[in-house]
Amino acid sequence: MSPILEARGISKNFGAVTAAKDVNVAISQDEVVGIIGANGAGKTTFVNMVTGYLKPTSGQIVFEGRDITQLEPRQITRLGICRSFQVPQVFMTETVYENLLTALGIAAATGFSVLRYMKRPDLETQCEALLTRYGIGDYRDHLASSLPQGVRKLLDIAMAMVARPRILLLDEPTSGISTDEKFGLMDTVMSALREEKVTVLFVEHDMEIVERYVGRVLAFYQGEIICDAPPAEALVDPKVKEFVIGEEHHRRDDAEGNADA
Amino acid sequence: MTASRDWTIPGLTIGLVVMLVAGVVLPDWLLNILNISFSRALAVLGLMVLWRTGLISFGHAFYYGLGAYTVAILGKELGVSEILVTVPAAMLVASTVGFFLGFIIRRYRDIFFAMLSLAFSMVLYGILVKTEALGSTDGFSVPTPSFLGFGAEEAADNKIVLYFVLCGIGYGAALLVHRYLQSTLGNLSTAIRDNEIRVEYLGYSVAHAIHVKYVMSAALAGLGGAILAISLSQVDPDSMVNWTISGELVFVTILSGPGSVAAPFIGSVVFELIRTYAFEWLPHAWQLIVGATLLAIIFFLPGGVWSLLARIFGRKEGER
Amino acid sequence: MDLLITILLDGLEFSSYLFIVAVGLTLIFGVMKILNVAHGSFYAWGAYAAAYLIGVVSNHGFTDLATMAMIPVAAIGVGVVLGAIIERTLLRHMYHLDEVIIVLATFATFLILEDTILLVFGVDPYFAYQPMAALGNVEIGGIGRLVYGLSMILLALAVAVSLWFALNRTRWGRLLKAVIHDREMASYLGINVSRVYIVTFVIGAMLGALGGAYVAPTVSVAPGFGVEVIVLSFAVVVIGGMGSIPGALIGAMVVGMARAIAVHQFPELELFVVYAVMAVVLVFRPEGLFAPAKARKI
Repeated sequence: MSPILEARGISKNFGAVTAAKDVNVAISQDEVVGIIGANGAGKTTFVNMVTGYLKPTSGQIVFEGRDITQLEPRQITRLGICRSFQVPQVFMTETVYENLLTALGIAAATGFSVLRYMKRPDLETQCEALLTRYGIGDYRDHLASSLPQGVRKLLDIAMAMVARPRILLLDEPTSGISTDEKFGLMDTVMSALREEKVTVLFVEHDMEIVERYVGRVLAFYQGEIICDAPPAEALVDPKVKEFVIGEEHHRRDDAEGNADA
Repeated sequence: MTASRDWTIPGLTIGLVVMLVAGVVLPDWLLNILNISFSRALAVLGLMVLWRTGLISFGHAFYYGLGAYTVAILGKELGVSEILVTVPAAMLVASTVGFFLGFIIRRYRDIFFAMLSLAFSMVLYGILVKTEALGSTDGFSVPTPSFLGFGAEEAADNKIVLYFVLCGIGYGAALLVHRYLQSTLGNLSTAIRDNEIRVEYLGYSVAHAIHVKYVMSAALAGLGGAILAISLSQVDPDSMVNWTISGELVFVTILSGPGSVAAPFIGSVVFELIRTYAFEWLPHAWQLIVGATLLAIIFFLPGGVWSLLARIFGRKEGER
Repeated sequence: MDLLITILLDGLEFSSYLFIVAVGLTLIFGVMKILNVAHGSFYAWGAYAAAYLIGVVSNHGFTDLATMAMIPVAAIGVGVVLGAIIERTLLRHMYHLDEVIIVLATFATFLILEDTILLVFGVDPYFAYQPMAALGNVEIGGIGRLVYGLSMILLALAVAVSLWFALNRTRWGRLLKAVIHDREMASYLGINVSRVYIVTFVIGAMLGALGGAYVAPTVSVAPGFGVEVIVLSFAVVVIGGMGSIPGALIGAMVVGMARAIAVHQFPELELFVVYAVMAVVLVFRPEGLFAPAKARKI
């Protein structure tokens, strides 16, 4: 079966800093892929390039046989690749319900249908379904600015899923979440995603999460993929142990063009 | 759980009927104030659409002036005074210019958006004050309008005809904007103000959304300017295009509040009454009173007059 | 040739007074992030105060030259009194608001100050020709010029040099730069940001008033005096880069020269050209000619 997403030799330089160096990877449909690496290793740069926020210096990104390298984020979203953010990007002065309704309204809009009423029965039904699926119904009428971090993360992911993407990229879904909450959150997310039959790539620092939820690991180091294997193999790989797991002290001089800094 | 019923449309309709009936008995001077208020309200309605997105233009007198001068030039050069021709023409000119400038201005936010709008409006002002053919700083007069071919002989009749037409236009514009605000595109205002990145990642172009809002606001300001020119029977740069007029339009927008499409109409009448009475009682201190009012609104009534009314009538503000 | 010299000198004189006014505006913007519309009122107040005081001392028998002392008196007086009052009673309660709303509040202040002028000084114009008469004429390349007008260029240079010195060679300048760079960080470092703000605002106001006070003897000071200068200063500041002091110099030169050329060669374009330059700069280089281009942070 041909891959759903393919990176062909993509590189990205910021001046003298190399954030991605000849990255080649092919993702098949329905895979759940974990992207690991120390800060500055090029994980978020990779996500940013796939979703169009950054353009690679060289190389090609192919989605379902189509070159998407030069497209804008909104065009890539329309094609079926969506993402969540490390720092949730939600509409802070709107309620959870309004956030989702806005997202649904945009997703349903093609051309002039963006002028249809936003509060219409079909969207409202979908909105309620999303609230239930992501377990945030209790916060329906809370302002996004007042939400606990975990709920805001879920909202962020739910908004990314509104367009029913073929691929979802999650940027550190558990960062900022307490240890006893993280599995609950991931269970909710992963079961919701399974229902939607979406291919998932997620950036993660937490090896427990990686071990538990992914079928394949991509380990980044200095912009390169140093390991591409199932978790059982990858997490014991000597290079991964040395350069990824060993370097898990949090350097914050992040050289990545981070969208959510 | 469902939002309380939206009273905007019945409210506007009742307002229209009351205004039409009142028009028959209202004294001449009050009709004058209402005509001027409503023409300003149309421009303010456009600014409100922008403001909900977090954008404030310090140069909308540009489109106000374009509308006013379009009507005036049509009358002066071509002898056209039919409202059904001049007013749509003014809107067309304003929105066309807005459409082209929109490609530039949609890239700007905050203070840069305000400053670029200001620069555009001052370019027009700079041209008008030096153009002898258009009367320079003195401007020139606008011929008495006709409606559906009927021109009124008496100035007073003319005023009341204009008033009725204006009530109709204001009602129509308010309904259209209200409908727009309920659409997905119209609802993108807070979303864009809060987080442009997310809007893009949901698959919609922020630039496009802002462009649409900008052209709408240009068309509405052009419409307002056209009617102002007709009600004053006169155009001139200092009372239509100068930056102080743009400031005044923003002021009325803040005074009105973003809560409802009815707010600009109420806010404009309040403003015109404050100004008229202040000018009558204290001719050398009317700007002082207006300025103090503005400060009071900024500090104590950030939701504008509308939020005050909403509070008095016991409804939650805007039900957002 | 004569025309060229005239254009050059007219342009320099015009640039000079624009610089003095606009540098006050840009200083306030740079430090406090407030685009102060009421700056036009400081200018008008400075002009009225100077014209009034010159008239008073002249009537008391002082020589025309001595009346010039009233110019700095007016500028400092207006700057300290109005600047301090506005910063303390108004602006300091608004720093948490959106910057465009603060612009609107300064617009309100502008309206209030405009009428305060009428209430204090009345509606009749003031003429204070004495300083101009005292300095007489001089001939440059066969063209007679007023010395007073030329002295404006010297004043602008003096202002530019003192500001440069104050910012780069004094402790106060270093504090200011720290606040410009990062307000929060500066307050963590123990800098009294609130005091820096009021000092900056008063100095900015003084500069605005100084521009007006120095121009006063050359014109009739009448109501509406500050209306035009404020948008001109906006143009200067935008062209040079908001918050940049060298930018204000460049912007003032561009606007002053463009206008002088237009006045003599294409009078119908006099105002158009200034704002057209402003629009073009904003379109192609929104940060202004002088400010380093910063990536828009999203």
